[in-house]
Amino acid sequence: MMTDTIVNDALERRPDLQDGMPKMTARDVSVFYGDKKALDSVSIDVSREHVTAFIGPSGCGKSTFLRTLNRMNDTIVGARVEGSILLDGEDIYASAMDVVQLRARVGMVFQKPNPFPKSIYENVAYGPRIHGLATSRSHLEEIVERSLRRAGLWDEVKDRLSESGTALSGGQQQRLCIARAIAVDPEVILMDEPCSALDPIATAKIEELIHELRGRYAIVIVTHNMQQAARVSQRTAFFHLGNLIEYGDTSEIFTNPRETRTKDYITGRYG
Amino acid sequence: MSDSLAAAPLAPAAPLTPTDWKADAMQRRIRRRYAAERRFRLIGLGAVILSAAFLAFLLVTMLGNGIRGFTQTEIRVEVDFPRSTLVLDPAAIEGFGAQAALAEADIEGIVLAAAEAQYGNLAPGLLSDGAWLRVRSRIAADPAMLNRTEVFWLPVADRIDVAAKGTGAAEAEAVYAQLRGAGAVRTGFNMNFLTGSDATDPTMVGIWGAFKGSLLTMLVTLALAFPVGVLAAVYLEEYAPRNRWTDFIEVSINNLAAVPSIIFGLLGLAVFLNTMNLPRSAPLVGGITLALMTMPVIVIAGRNAIKSVPPSIRDAALGIGASRIQVVFHHVLPLALPGILTGTIIGMARALGETAPLLMIGMRAFVATPPGGFTDPATVLPVQIFLWSDEVSRGFVEKTSAAIIVLLVFLLAMNGLAIYLRNKFERRW
Repeated sequence: MMTDTIVNDALERRPDLQDGMPKMTARDVSVFYGDKKALDSVSIDVSREHVTAFIGPSGCGKSTFLRTLNRMNDTIVGARVEGSILLDGEDIYASAMDVVQLRARVGMVFQKPNPFPKSIYENVAYGPRIHGLATSRSHLEEIVERSLRRAGLWDEVKDRLSESGTALSGGQQQRLCIARAIAVDPEVILMDEPCSALDPIATAKIEELIHELRGRYAIVIVTHNMQQAARVSQRTAFFHLGNLIEYGDTSEIFTNPRETRTKDYITGRYG
Repeated sequence: MSDSLAAAPLAPAAPLTPTDWKADAMQRRIRRRYAAERRFRLIGLGAVILSAAFLAFLLVTMLGNGIRGFTQTEIRVEVDFPRSTLVLDPAAIEGFGAQAALAEADIEGIVLAAAEAQYGNLAPGLLSDGAWLRVRSRIAADPAMLNRTEVFWLPVADRIDVAAKGTGAAEAEAVYAQLRGAGAVRTGFNMNFLTGSDATDPTMVGIWGAFKGSLLTMLVTLALAFPVGVLAAVYLEEYAPRNRWTDFIEVSINNLAAVPSIIFGLLGLAVFLNTMNLPRSAPLVGGITLALMTMPVIVIAGRNAIKSVPPSIRDAALGIGASRIQVVFHHVLPLALPGILTGTIIGMARALGETAPLLMIGMRAFVATPPGGFTDPATVLPVQIFLWSDEVSRGFVEKTSAAIIVLLVFLLAMNGLAIYLRNKFERRW
């Protein structure tokens, strides 16, 4: 876990909190499941205005790392995190950090669309309601509409907001989950293989959506699909066997990787 | 990885002969497979038919015996009040002192005299012991009848009632046939059975007292076992760390669910009656004792229901910043509720049919008035059935079956409610 010296250390490296600095900073992050080390000393800066993609073969630790960024690993029995992760210079593993608020600021979209078995409206309204973000009923309706519009779902569902969220198609469900995540106005959105359960057309819509959301939210996406990483991201990190092998501009990684392992993976020699 | 796969040496290829799908051995295998499937289907069908037959047998026997318990034979008795020996002023029955005036008057005597006047030597043992009570309550309701001749339909004695239903002694049946020929008897629905309480005379007994006792006891059981059981299940599933202590608690709860019910009765007797001095025979104590028995069932069912809520729902709620308690109460519990309710109803149904522990805490007493509250002496349906089945008088046989029908209807209503609630709360995801 965190000690004060590490915080100071990290702050010394980036003393000024200005817009140019990364949204999230991970330094020497290791994750253990029981005795097993799933992630070894990963250091990454998550950019505020770019989409960052994590790629790598199955079991390489990219999803594990993603889940440390909003402390979803806390819910896994026996999971332990070492190192420091800062959000705007604030250590998210410090005891002063409220994990509930953290997860509102760092939202998450999961691999399998998981809308609540409630109405479409309730799905989106739930977050603002528990965080007290809406001042009135009409304000809440406004938030729901804005979120659904941003998620590109409004025109498809505006006439049936009271229908169950689980009755939507897979792609619509995933966009509903994105709408639900942005309804609480997060600063970062983590996406854990958001398109792996979707067909190509639904995938294209989600990718388009990621483009539109870029700039407003810092976005981190884990993907198996390298073409997708190339299409949607500006920064790419390649993980292998729990290590961060290479991290840099997406164009750089895909055209001119420094490491042979990265090159082998990208050219499809394994994975 | 493909590199290592390609490098792996291939096994030497066996000489391949094409499979002959038409060969005799193949045909035999197909026939055996079909025979096995047919056999299994027949066995399954047999099991279903056998259990359906058991159920039908139970229902037919109970209904056959019990329906008669809901009817009652009444005899026509004409009482000429002005000419009777009754000394009772209609005015005395209005206002205060009415109870005392009625209690002092020898109503039983004039009813018996009237019966004797009408039926002569048949009269002794014709009327139910409690028949005159009906006359008394009619007088109390309408004192003016003391100035005229009034016709009453009064319950006949047990032996005539049984004879009317075709199962009595030869001598009683002869009497009944004679009365019927004279048009002096009728058989109708026995309202008293649904509104009365236990009595010594089978023609006067009612099930309401035991029914109300069961209802009150179940309320106490539900009020204690449901919240405690659900909260324990939630804590064990969602909050408790996995260690040796929680393992121990889990094993203990599973064992508690299997403890014979009479042990809980002894516990209730020792703790609630002897140590805490709670009232004997009361629904309160019965309810607490049954709650101890029902709680582990609810905990086990609740844990299974909570476990079956998909983790993706928890992730979704946690992912937008819901706290643990919000996740549990907004998402997990509503989804687990159908399963929890099903388990609760199963536990409650078991508690409703439970006799042994209640015998231990004195709920087997003769209680002639319905309980007014949770601390009044009461009995419950299964204990009432047990008590009546023990009676000597022939009339109690059908009352026992009738009480069983009431108990089964109660159970059916509870199960129906469970199915309704489950369908109401069931959601797909």
